[in-house]
Amino acid sequence: MNASELKSTITGVANPVNTELPLWKQPDATPFVRIENITKKFDDFTAVDNVSLNIYKKELFCLLGGSGSGKSTLLRMLAGFENPTSGRIIIDGVDMEGIQPWNRPINMMFQSYALFPHLSVADNIAFGLKRQGASKHDVKTRVAEMLDMVQLGHLGKRKPHQLSGGQRQRVALARSLVKRPKLLLLDEPLGALDKKLREETQFEIMNLQEDLGVTFVVVTHDQEEAMTLATRIGVMNQGLIVQTDEPHDVYEYPNSRFVAEFIGSVNLFEGFVTEDNVDSVRIESKEAGCPLFVAHGISCAPQQRVHVALRPEKINMTRVKPAQDDNCMKGEIIEIAYMGSLSVYRVRLQSGKEIRVTQPNFARDMGERFTWNEQVFLSWDVDSSVVLTS
Amino acid sequence: MSSLSGNVWLSGFSTWKARFISLRNINWGRFSVISVPYLWLAVFFFIPFLVVFKISLSESAIAVPPYTDLLDFDMEEAYLNIKLNLGNYLYLWEDSFYFDAYVSSIKIAAVSTFFTLLVGFPIAYLIARSDDKYRGILLALVILPFWTSFLLRVYAWVGLLKKQGLVNEVLMSMGIINEPLTMLQTDFAVYIGIVYTYLPFMILPLYSALEKMDISLLEAAEDLGARPIQSFFMITVPLAMPGIIAGCMLVFIPAVGEYVIPALLGGSDTLMIGRVLWDEFSLNRDWPMASAVATVMLVFLVLPIMLIRNKSGKEEGM
Repeated sequence: MNASELKSTITGVANPVNTELPLWKQPDATPFVRIENITKKFDDFTAVDNVSLNIYKKELFCLLGGSGSGKSTLLRMLAGFENPTSGRIIIDGVDMEGIQPWNRPINMMFQSYALFPHLSVADNIAFGLKRQGASKHDVKTRVAEMLDMVQLGHLGKRKPHQLSGGQRQRVALARSLVKRPKLLLLDEPLGALDKKLREETQFEIMNLQEDLGVTFVVVTHDQEEAMTLATRIGVMNQGLIVQTDEPHDVYEYPNSRFVAEFIGSVNLFEGFVTEDNVDSVRIESKEAGCPLFVAHGISCAPQQRVHVALRPEKINMTRVKPAQDDNCMKGEIIEIAYMGSLSVYRVRLQSGKEIRVTQPNFARDMGERFTWNEQVFLSWDVDSSVVLTS
Repeated sequence: MSSLSGNVWLSGFSTWKARFISLRNINWGRFSVISVPYLWLAVFFFIPFLVVFKISLSESAIAVPPYTDLLDFDMEEAYLNIKLNLGNYLYLWEDSFYFDAYVSSIKIAAVSTFFTLLVGFPIAYLIARSDDKYRGILLALVILPFWTSFLLRVYAWVGLLKKQGLVNEVLMSMGIINEPLTMLQTDFAVYIGIVYTYLPFMILPLYSALEKMDISLLEAAEDLGARPIQSFFMITVPLAMPGIIAGCMLVFIPAVGEYVIPALLGGSDTLMIGRVLWDEFSLNRDWPMASAVATVMLVFLVLPIMLIRNKSGKEEGM
């Protein structure tokens, strides 16, 4: 697939200047964290179900999933707070079985931050170093360094309850980084921050990660957070990792209906394959009301029921019928939401199915705007949609 | 321009006025709410204390009530004689018996408070960490002994600890001891009685402090390299400190003045100020002396507590 090479240059991942393939694309690279067939059962509930995953050095890996998907349990097993029912976790070549949390080369930033309320900011950060038996002088300089790094140099004497949410988050980050862990685990790192602060902090975390070269594993339920932060995303559902890919691939090439619907919004058309070529498929769909032509091959049985996934922003909306018969539907606008940078339309097709279309607002005044109850044609390129067999 | 500044002035005036009115309203509301406990304390604590203090400055007399008046108004000469007798306090100071009783009371109370804490902490910890389903039942079990009379419960210990009591019988039948142990009428029995009686007062404040604690703090400590024992002393104990202080106060203060437990379980040599007080009051019928003993005990207890409260209050304010 030619597009995949294009993708990696666009997203640029860890180092945009580096033209080398990222580690996870090199077949002979040794993974830093190896999760092998991990299963965790609580009584008869299986929280994590036979998950295997490789995470490479200096990655910022996101575990993305809804509540109860097992992502937090997986993170807690990495930290050592839960013991896997079966399977192995190997970090930097060392099997973690039987190694207690306080002996692991791992630190974690908790969702609640878990700052010690009776200790000052500086003492919170120093806590880990003191347990290590670092000398007084070392503790002092390291704490000062970390405070400067998170731009809280002037607040070292404060207690956690005297800080704002964003400051607490940065103290938690400093505390988890001060021991220079090989692996940093972050549990919903931005969950408690407001939108503006989230965006700022997102980039701060990314920069920090690049500067320090620590491997990060982030757990989040927020797909936007995962998309911006991650080098790769592991999408979890019901204890399974359903897809592991770079953010761009997860969005553009979801491998299942779950992933397509979980990340971003998507229009799904149910249909069956009428023409199955090596590098293309044609699908007949009653819902769509037109033949759907997709420019990638799939492995499927003839006449198999499949879903075609189409992102709202990939659709081109016109008043005049475009010169194509495939991938061209007629419908009526029933709802419009003007969101500034783009507009979201709800279009009802002749089959009665309602789909979502977003159009960027290129110009300030777009001539005659689309309006309610207008008849429109929706069309898209052959490589804009994806066929999902599961 | 002038109209604008006039508006500003007007609005400033009206907010000032509104604030004044609301302040006046709040003050009355506050006053009536706060005054209830203060009134309670004044009527049932402070005034009785003044009465006791007054009696302590009088002399014992064969009369009803058995002490002399402080004020004596001489009708003929129109003299108001105020006679303050400091002899009781002087006697307290001179006779080492009283001092020994105070020290011994404080020692017994401190040792039993320590053991109450030692027993109470794990129980409170267990309840705070137990499943929501069982928490209510466990707490009810802690309070359950209050449903029977305190006196009965202390008497029950007599039955358990005496020579032919249950404890001795069991130990002898198991062959651990050959002769019955003398447990009753010793300081040991007093310790057991106090620990047993005051345990709920220790457990409840400890529980409420431990229950509030976020379990992820312990995980964070472990994650940062602290072993469980370290995180217990560096995280759990400091965070439970308000509960520890409250529990220790609730046990220590009444234990110092305890009368029933040393009277029933203690020996004749178990010296506690509560017993001294009772002896002065009922056997010697020396009300002024008993009052002096009570006043000094109060000062002994209240001063350090006020210091501790003051310190912890300051820390919390920081």
